[in-house]
Amino acid sequence: MKFRLLLLLPLIGFLALALFLYQGLSLNPFQRDSALMAREFPAFELATLEDAERRVDESLLATGELTLVNVWGEWCPECKREMPQLLDLADRGIRLVGISYKDTREKGLGFLDEFGNPFEVNIFDPEGDLAFDLGVYGAPETFLVDADGVIRYHHTGYIAPDQVRDTILAEVEKWR
Amino acid sequence: MALNRFRCAALPLALLVLMLLASATSHGAAIEMREFDDPVLEQRYDSLTASLRCPTCQNQAINDSDAPVSGDMRERVYQLLQDGRSDIEIRDFMVQRFGDYVLYNPRLEGRTLLLWGLPGALVLLGGVLVVFIVRTRRKASASKLTAAERARLDALINGERSE
Repeated sequence: MKFRLLLLLPLIGFLALALFLYQGLSLNPFQRDSALMAREFPAFELATLEDAERRVDESLLATGELTLVNVWGEWCPECKREMPQLLDLADRGIRLVGISYKDTREKGLGFLDEFGNPFEVNIFDPEGDLAFDLGVYGAPETFLVDADGVIRYHHTGYIAPDQVRDTILAEVEKWR
Repeated sequence: MALNRFRCAALPLALLVLMLLASATSHGAAIEMREFDDPVLEQRYDSLTASLRCPTCQNQAINDSDAPVSGDMRERVYQLLQDGRSDIEIRDFMVQRFGDYVLYNPRLEGRTLLLWGLPGALVLLGGVLVVFIVRTRRKASASKLTAAERARLDALINGERSE
């Protein structure tokens, strides 16, 4: 009799596995961590959007101050909707650096004129090389870089108004 | 008569073939063709782009997706192949940026040991179980009958015969 019950083990195992895998179906694959989490901001050397003569590199992000790096483009409608939230974050004294992603200089500057400029400086990345090294697969995306230039948080997609406090400010406090 | 029927079937069939061809070419239009001097490189390019997953799609390889990031990734795969990098280096390059998500075949490492090992372990367990069951059954059937059981069995057989 005992032995018979033992034969149920594979079935129980199968059910457990099925339940585990079934749970996986409801996971959102876009809420995965960035591959660059806890790694240093990738090396780069690019001009700024504001001044073609000014070259910046990764030392821009290891200044001893926490920075939010936002990847945006003039062609990206979600980026426009996100600007009020970014301006709000800048008003709260957080340092923001922009990456002008796959834009022309003209369109990028026009975007900042129209929607406001919360960024201390914008890195001009027309080919998307830096964004590629950051593992950006759409815009907008926002990275939280700590005082030592290490990536601590990655937000993919639009930052909604209620996420400013609940998500972004919470992460800023955590890593400040 | 038979010829007529054939003609009736041939027209829709030809249309279907044409439509399939059209859809195949229009689908391929979004994804660029690349020139390779070396057929081996071309084969490696095909297999790499088929085994890397588009980071922003639900479930598409980068050779099957017209998302901008897939185009960038194909471009990088092409460049890295021209630079003489190995398949493993190219996969690592992508994983460093986009995470394990982009690998359709997860690498064998500590974290994925269960994933790769479980099927084999289960087959082994099942095999052991089958051997065990067969052995106990064989033992049970081969065991000798007691004198009383044999007498009863004889009686049953004889009783059936006499009926």
